Amino acid sequence: MALSKDEVLAGLAELVNEETGLATDSVQMDKSFSDDLDIDSISMMTIVVNAEDKFGVKIPDEEVKNLVTVADAVNYIADNQ
Amino acid sequence: MKIVVTGLGATTPLGGDVRSTWNALLAGKSGISTLEQPWVAQYEIPVTFAGQAKVPASEVLTPQECKRLDPSSQFALIAAREAWADAGAPSVEPERLAVEFSTGIGGVWTLLDAFDTLKERGPRRVLPMTVPMLMPNGPAAAIGMDLAARGGVRTSVSACASSTEAIANAITRLQSGDIDIVVAGGCEAAIHPLPIAAFAAMHATSRRNDEPELASRPYDVARDGFVMGEGGGAMVLETEEHALARGAKIYAYLVGGAVTSDAYHITAPDPEGSGAARAVLAALKQAEAKPEDVLHINAHATSTPVGDIAEYTALKRVFGDHLGKIAVSATKASTGHLLGGAGAIEAVFTVLALKERIAPPTINLDNQDPEIPLDVVTSPRKLPDGPILAISNSFGFGGHNAVVAFRSYE
Repeated sequence: MALSKDEVLAGLAELVNEETGLATDSVQMDKSFSDDLDIDSISMMTIVVNAEDKFGVKIPDEEVKNLVTVADAVNYIADNQ
Repeated sequence: MKIVVTGLGATTPLGGDVRSTWNALLAGKSGISTLEQPWVAQYEIPVTFAGQAKVPASEVLTPQECKRLDPSSQFALIAAREAWADAGAPSVEPERLAVEFSTGIGGVWTLLDAFDTLKERGPRRVLPMTVPMLMPNGPAAAIGMDLAARGGVRTSVSACASSTEAIANAITRLQSGDIDIVVAGGCEAAIHPLPIAAFAAMHATSRRNDEPELASRPYDVARDGFVMGEGGGAMVLETEEHALARGAKIYAYLVGGAVTSDAYHITAPDPEGSGAARAVLAALKQAEAKPEDVLHINAHATSTPVGDIAEYTALKRVFGDHLGKIAVSATKASTGHLLGGAGAIEAVFTVLALKERIAPPTINLDNQDPEIPLDVVTSPRKLPDGPILAISNSFGFGGHNAVVAFRSYE
């Protein structure tokens, strides 16, 4: 069963928290991974790979650069489940 | 220029910091125990014990720090932070702060875990942090980042002599005049089935599986090899001028550091001990000291049959009859052998011995090898008052010899 966008956001926030220690409630749809959450490219790749496992999606490397905000990632995951 | 020790840090099989480690050492405790990890039985590892860090790094660092740092770097960071805090977290220009921090093997857990991941799950699942985590300069780099050291962060690798060499290197950094403070030391985290199997394959390690706490027994006739330990040690070294100007607490002077090489055999020590003897003499020369000034030695003494004798031979060449007046401690009996971290924690012990005027005991010495007639300290022994000199020796596969000399601070 496909997850709702809220559920994807909550799951993604957990992955961000695991990787960076950021509080899950700081991971909001309008936040930019690099500018607002200070997540570097290495952490981003770790989160992407973990998200693939967690949500059962494929996120191609060429797609990662388009995932600028949390909303970009949530929408991509929700649409490709 | 005089160089002083102003901060100490350690995490070892005896304790999670300097004080608990030192107290356990003086109490004659052993940090060696049976390994409970499932891989011991799974791979039928012939050696089933080691000196594991008394306090796991995960109890000290954040989960994110643990994820991004190999266990070797985790120990390094814990020891360096303790040393830095102990030194009073000095304010120093970042460009005048340097790091000399070693490991013998580097990020062996990271490397081998990553290979397992590659084989089982493919290249995409290999962590992007794998390279910075496995590189041997990772521990030094982690400390440099943490303390904002911009005066150069460096890693000397010379097997089990690595961290003594790091401390010796700190002298030249400080003498250059470009640096005010060096954080120096070393670490190791190699209690992994592959290094254990590899050391066992060369018969370098003890197989006293039934009595692990008795297995590390330097100078004893029944010694049968070293016991692997893990952890790290660090010290803050600075010019005396800088330390006095900021009102720092001073433990001791670092008066000499020397490195030589045997060019004899890749693993066996030179039985004549010439390279080791030259290292001791060079450290004493730098200290402007005579052999008779030395009253305490923290020996390399790993508890191997040939190594302990070779070191004795070298010491006899340097000290002659005076050797009988030197209180010798072989602290690996309690801690195990921390490989690239060994010299660092033993330098910490040497400094504490001078500061507190007490030589730590060598446990498990039931029947001293008659071929090694050293005055081995078996229960804590008072060291004399007045200015005294102590040295700490480290030797490593590759024929590396490194010696550092400390003088009491009056």
